[in-house]
Amino acid sequence: MTTDHRQGAGETPARIVPSHEVPPDATLVADNTAELIDVGEHHLCPGCGEPIAIRAVMDGLSLLGLAERCIAVFGIGCSTAFSNNLDVEVLQALHGRAPSVATGAARSRPGLAVFTIQGDGDLANEGLQEVLHAAARGENIVCFMLNNGVFGETGGHLTVTTTIGQRTKNTLEGRDAARHGHPMRVAELLAGIDGVGYVARGAVNNAGNVARTKRMVVEAFTAQQQGLGLSFVEILTMCPTGWFVPTTEAPAYLEETIAATHRVGVLRSALG
Amino acid sequence: MNVRIRGTVRIDTEACKGCELCIEACKPEVLEMTSTSTNTRGYRYPELLPGCTGCRACADVCPDFCFQVYRFDEPRTWSPEEGLR
Repeated sequence: MTTDHRQGAGETPARIVPSHEVPPDATLVADNTAELIDVGEHHLCPGCGEPIAIRAVMDGLSLLGLAERCIAVFGIGCSTAFSNNLDVEVLQALHGRAPSVATGAARSRPGLAVFTIQGDGDLANEGLQEVLHAAARGENIVCFMLNNGVFGETGGHLTVTTTIGQRTKNTLEGRDAARHGHPMRVAELLAGIDGVGYVARGAVNNAGNVARTKRMVVEAFTAQQQGLGLSFVEILTMCPTGWFVPTTEAPAYLEETIAATHRVGVLRSALG
Repeated sequence: MNVRIRGTVRIDTEACKGCELCIEACKPEVLEMTSTSTNTRGYRYPELLPGCTGCRACADVCPDFCFQVYRFDEPRTWSPEEGLR
């Protein structure tokens, strides 16, 4: 429901185009939420990239007509709460264990598109072995990692993907390799494992990258539908709260600090 | 001054958390944050200026799903005197 709360509403300045009514003689080209997101309202922070990434996943599912026969397995993180807003079947896994839960779901219901959504702290810190072994086994699932380089839900401390120089709650001066170790490139790690059908890394820091990420989602589910093995898509997301940057600077911060280490692109594809 | 307008947006100002990602994403630069007005949760929100192309970049980057983007079947014009026609 849209309401005009402008002070003195009705005295709209002449240069402002009214934007509360459905315009006549016009075609809707983008709706508020994706078809599979029931409720748009959520409690994630202003400027968070995770709702944008999850919308890209939902758009991909809709496009391929998989909504009726898919199971989402969520890990633990900020994005977990958003699973309540989705119009798909959802299983909740413990920390890091989503790929193993998805393995069980996919093996018992082989006709379904089973996919996981985890953060970088969940997937890479708490349960890296789960996704690596699922990949080595060639499980026919799609794994998404929303990578912002921080444990957002538990206070914003560094993860294993935090890039050198990135600010987090316990690397306020930026991650220093000598003190905090080196970042791990998870997509590259997965791309080196036989048994994966598709590996890519997208980002949601601008409209171009969002469109690119949606194409990666579609390709990942296509590989899954063709039985090519595990598909993995890492999506770089903004966390202005955890990075201590203004929301408007977060997309550029992602580009310069995160994407410089975690390069966006398709790393491996068995699609014809 | 006549401005050619190919599209428009419907903004759910109550859903907005004021992150301003849409302002950066808007290529024609026709979204502007309110300076003093806020929604009931206290966030400033974007308003539309004449010149929207209906490119949907604002909707693509909005984490709070505030935008519905429309394209006019026939491009329209806007002038300060007559508004949208």
